[in-house]
Amino acid sequence: MSSSNHEHGAVGHIVPIKMLVGTCLALLFLTGVTVWVAKLDFVELRMDEMNILVAMGVAVVKCTIVAMIFMHLRWDRSFVGFVFVGSFIFVGIFIGFTLLDSSEYQPTIIPGDTPQVQLKLDALNASMAADSASSGEHDGAASQ
Amino acid sequence: MTGDPRPLEQPTLTDNYLTYTRGFLSWALTLDHKRIGLMYLCSVLLAFLLGGIFALLVRTQLLVPEGLIMDQDDYNQAFTLHGGIMVFLVIIPSTPAALGNFVLPIMLGAKDVAFPRLNLMSYYLWVIGAIFMVYSIFGGGLDTGWTFYTPYSIDQNSAMGGVIPAVTGAFILGFSSIFTGMNFIVTIHRLRPKGMTWFRMPLFLWSIYATAVIQVLATPVLGITLALLAVERAFGIGIFDPTLGGDPVLYQHFFWFYSHPAVYIMILPAMGIVSELIAVHSHRHIFGYSFIAWSSVAIAMFSFIVWGHHMFTSGQSPLVNVVFSFITFSVAIPSAVKVFNWLATMYKGAISWNTPMLYGMGFIFLFVIGGLTGLYLGTLSTDIHLHDTYFVVAHFHYVMMGSALIGFIGGLHHWWPKMIGKMYNENAGRVAFVLFFIGYNMTFFTQFMLGSHGMPRRYATYPADAGFQMYHIISTIGSYMMAIAFFMMAAYFISSIFGGRRAAANPWGGRSLEWQCTSPPPHDNFSEQPEVGDCYDFSVLRWDEATQGYVWREDVDRPGEKSHA
Repeated sequence: MSSSNHEHGAVGHIVPIKMLVGTCLALLFLTGVTVWVAKLDFVELRMDEMNILVAMGVAVVKCTIVAMIFMHLRWDRSFVGFVFVGSFIFVGIFIGFTLLDSSEYQPTIIPGDTPQVQLKLDALNASMAADSASSGEHDGAASQ
Repeated sequence: MTGDPRPLEQPTLTDNYLTYTRGFLSWALTLDHKRIGLMYLCSVLLAFLLGGIFALLVRTQLLVPEGLIMDQDDYNQAFTLHGGIMVFLVIIPSTPAALGNFVLPIMLGAKDVAFPRLNLMSYYLWVIGAIFMVYSIFGGGLDTGWTFYTPYSIDQNSAMGGVIPAVTGAFILGFSSIFTGMNFIVTIHRLRPKGMTWFRMPLFLWSIYATAVIQVLATPVLGITLALLAVERAFGIGIFDPTLGGDPVLYQHFFWFYSHPAVYIMILPAMGIVSELIAVHSHRHIFGYSFIAWSSVAIAMFSFIVWGHHMFTSGQSPLVNVVFSFITFSVAIPSAVKVFNWLATMYKGAISWNTPMLYGMGFIFLFVIGGLTGLYLGTLSTDIHLHDTYFVVAHFHYVMMGSALIGFIGGLHHWWPKMIGKMYNENAGRVAFVLFFIGYNMTFFTQFMLGSHGMPRRYATYPADAGFQMYHIISTIGSYMMAIAFFMMAAYFISSIFGGRRAAANPWGGRSLEWQCTSPPPHDNFSEQPEVGDCYDFSVLRWDEATQGYVWREDVDRPGEKSHA
């Protein structure tokens, strides 16, 4: 039963070892690129955000390689790829709308501390004052 | 060989899923989707009884302005537990997990779902989640509302101590829901029978499929949100707590990204049921099949991009408010497509006024009211006034109870003869429907008035001179009428088990595959996977007086069969 399944390819696609090793080397090389880019100072070139852009770009390429080769999406039915990409789109919608809203309402937040924060700050100041007072007494006692 | 079973003989006493094996363990460890569906059904109905008791307590409290039976803390617990139990334990699992589990594999002509063990596990996760939810009552109480809004829910000095058990329960229930969704997606993809292409599936399966996609995509967000909430409450790490630099509006984004799609997890399966009810009991081919199928998918997609309409007054930015308001109106399009097609199906149909059909028509009536009143809440300018009033309570009860739950009840009446093998008393069913329908509208239509006159939701008392009391009295009497109707249903369903007439294989005249196996079905559903034809072509059936059911016309070939002549 199982042998006939193997003969008919029922176990699915098998990726050649060479390709797996090559993929692993490519991922290691890209990791090296990320580390190397992190050490470059783009500020002098007036490209402040280039570090993060390159790092994220490399990460996207690595993610794509993993999905295509290690996760077999390259050989699987296109529907599976559609589901995979669709999941990222939904995450993008979720995070995108939330961040858009957050960045929009941040300027409208009234600056200053809430009463609860003020209470906590007052309690913190009081305890710090008490600590300093008690440590002053200790210092005084020690000096005597 | 036709491949299409000829099962119209009655089942023997020993050859059906109910009597296949006996003993407690044969049920507790069963992998049979039908038994798991039945266990889900019993559990969900038990939770419904508990949630209903809390609803009656809330309504009784509001009979008089100063409150009749509870103090304000108890009232807060009553409406919280009513909401939490009804949403997480009843409506979300009712149709997919109870009816879907029973019907879906049989509709596909399959022996079971794709992953039977995962199916049983999802049931036990539901039980564990339910225990946590109910424990929250004894573990300090729960008074946050079913939405667990921050910062109240994370304030240990204010909110009662049952928050962490309750969110743990909801977290576990989420896994149960995800497992069910995954199972159904794979089952529909992999186990469709010969001849059943995507656009020849019963519409109930389309709606269950769309629901399952939402369950798999959205529920993990609820899981992580509630986990963050529990961590925030226990350790105060400052995600949602503004006093620690957190953002409570962020919690609402997280919560509603799941909970708005959850509305469609609740109502899409009911829409699928109604598509079946309307077509089968009108004995007329469903109108606009592909439009109804695609509208289910469209509703599922839209459900992910409208969550912000729950947050118009939360401090959400005007830009995002406008975007969400605009997209919200778009949901009306696929919803209206469905309603139009159901009405067009009934037009010139041979309508049987059976109990399931009454619920199908009741659904359309109530869903239209629920949908149209949603437009007021989707409009920014009117939502400012109506937000957090009884108008919102009435709107979502028209959608959640008047639509989602009524669809479930209709489906229960439709498939009860198949599940149990007995017919219930039709006249009692019709009387219970009328009582329920009148009681329902008395309960919730008055709440539109209350809300538009300014009665806020979640208040245990109200001013005596505000003119609210008469509406509250009518609403409460309506809720008692609904309770009587539900007890009537329980009575005639239970009595049908012991004394009901034996159900034919196809008592209503349905064409989908579940009507082609015996009532109740045998353990394996079908001896071999059947071929299918057009599951809405009812012209091939005729009424058979002897079996009190519909049978295949002798002069018409079955799918896969060579010419009769």
